[in-house]
Amino acid sequence: MKKRVTLKGAAAAAMATAVFAAGTSVLAEQDPTVKEMVVNGEEVMTVVADPQPGVSELDKLYDGWLFRSEETQALQMDDFENPGMIFVEQAEEMWNTVEGSEGKSCASCHGDPSSMKGVRATYPKMSPSLGKLATIEMEVNNCRENRMGAEPWKYTGGKMTAMNALITLQSRGMPVDVKVDDAVRANWEHGKELYYARTGQLELSCANCHEQHYGERIRADMLSQGQINGFPAYRLKNGKLNSVHARFKGCVRDTRAETYKPGSQAFIDLELYVATRGNGLSVTGPSVRN
Amino acid sequence: MKRAMLSMAILVAGTVTATAAEIAPNDVVFNDGAVETPLTDKPGDPAAGRKVVGTKSLGNCVACHQVSEMSDVPFHGEIGPSLDGAGDRYTEAELRAIIADAKKVFPDTVMPSFYKTGPYIRPGKAFTGKAPDGPLPPLLSAQQIEDVVAYLKTLKE
Ligand code: HEC
Ligand code: HEC
Ligand code: HEC
Repeated sequence: MKKRVTLKGAAAAAMATAVFAAGTSVLAEQDPTVKEMVVNGEEVMTVVADPQPGVSELDKLYDGWLFRSEETQALQMDDFENPGMIFVEQAEEMWNTVEGSEGKSCASCHGDPSSMKGVRATYPKMSPSLGKLATIEMEVNNCRENRMGAEPWKYTGGKMTAMNALITLQSRGMPVDVKVDDAVRANWEHGKELYYARTGQLELSCANCHEQHYGERIRADMLSQGQINGFPAYRLKNGKLNSVHARFKGCVRDTRAETYKPGSQAFIDLELYVATRGNGLSVTGPSVRN
Repeated sequence: MKRAMLSMAILVAGTVTATAAEIAPNDVVFNDGAVETPLTDKPGDPAAGRKVVGTKSLGNCVACHQVSEMSDVPFHGEIGPSLDGAGDRYTEAELRAIIADAKKVFPDTVMPSFYKTGPYIRPGKAFTGKAPDGPLPPLLSAQQIEDVVAYLKTLKE
């Protein structure tokens, strides 16, 4: 299942940028080298990396940002322009809001949000208190239900995804470093199996689109590698932050398949596997996508 | 009561004769990347086939293939080769095989199998993400396959 043309992805991504930017075809003049992502004029992101051996068939890893139009790319490089940051601000407020029977806010125990630095880069991972593989969403609801005595948030809901964006932002620029040890190996294997399963009536796997054909257009959309280092992602299409599992659900649905539920074991395991496919790229969320 | 039963019987018989001229998905004979026998008695209609190729809810072939002749339909994909000249490169029987079940011609291809009824992994009800209500019909009907074949035959260099 090796992609036939190596590096075609990056070149095509650079070309896509040209097409979208100009609205017509001025492909020829474009510099075919991959662009740099520098956020706020100072934070340099690793958007191209070497894959960890034995994880995927990818020869190089590319941040999903590379496959978007120049306008969309620009939005993500400036926090004042990135619409996802509005939700981060809302989450900062929630962070300090006392809720639930214990009279606590996130800040009561965790202090400043910056205490979450490094968290996003290593998740999903084994949670000592939950005793199983956990996503950030699961940790947040664990705190809300069992430490604050508050109502859990909906897995892909606005509050949860905003809080995830705030937590993610603390790790921006750090390399994704999700570990697969014995405690989660079975989950990882299951996630990998799901990644390569050709689902639905169209019989398409994640790999069919994101490993074999990234850098190519499917209808109007340029396929990326389907990495999750940029999540949560603000989508111009729906005007909100989107969580990893919401994206997975949409992709599975598009194969004319019965999807899995956000927060299901299948999607948790798939998230673990997909996260390791991006080990080495920077955490770049909250990102901007079309 | 008797009369109602009688007309039901006629109805059922009517359905049977209408489909009798069709080859069912499981009965299609693939021979060396070709399906010689048309799937229906009615010759394919290129205009109807063109619509199937360009319409998202039908064949949606342009999601993956570019077709120069179809510039009125926006956004052609590039996952598969351009279909320009497909009518020169392949015989009618080969085109029928590719469209009915491309995996029989190009093993492991990402191209969907359009005249197949399963088995599938987690089949869904179209693009709803929900489980189907019952057995799924093939993505395209026998006649639609013949229409698409007829259209592709018109794509000459
Ligand atoms: C009563 C104290 C308490 C409150 C209130 C609380 N947490 Fe926690 N939280 C903990 C403890 C204890 C842990 C597990 C130990 C650790 O990793 O610090 C934890 C773990 C986490 C983790 C996993 C961190 C990691 O390093 O793996 C996240 C994410 C988290 N909390 C988010 C939140 C959010 C968001 C809120 C507010 C909605 C919140 N917590 C409220 C005590 C609390
Ligand atoms: C039919 C092709 C197709 C299949 C199959 C598919 N996707 Fe996607 N996916 C897309 C398209 C199109 C997009 C939007 C453009 C892009 O980023 O690739 C996308 C986007 C994504 C993104 C967002 C990437 C980013 O940087 O914003 C992720 C993550 C993703 N897909 C994961 C998956 C997973 C996991 C599977 C398997 C369960 C899957 N996809 C199956 C077509 C597909
Ligand atoms: C998900 C993407 C996808 C869709 C949808 C799709 N195809 Fe294909 N098609 C391909 C790929 C990829 C190939 C190349 C075969 C291979 O995998 O080696 C191909 C090959 C072909 C070929 C052979 C072309 C050549 O010159 O060798 C024809 C003809 C064809 N497709 C017709 C169609 C028609 C008609 C439809 C719609 C009914 C369709 N395809 C839908 C991906 C697709």
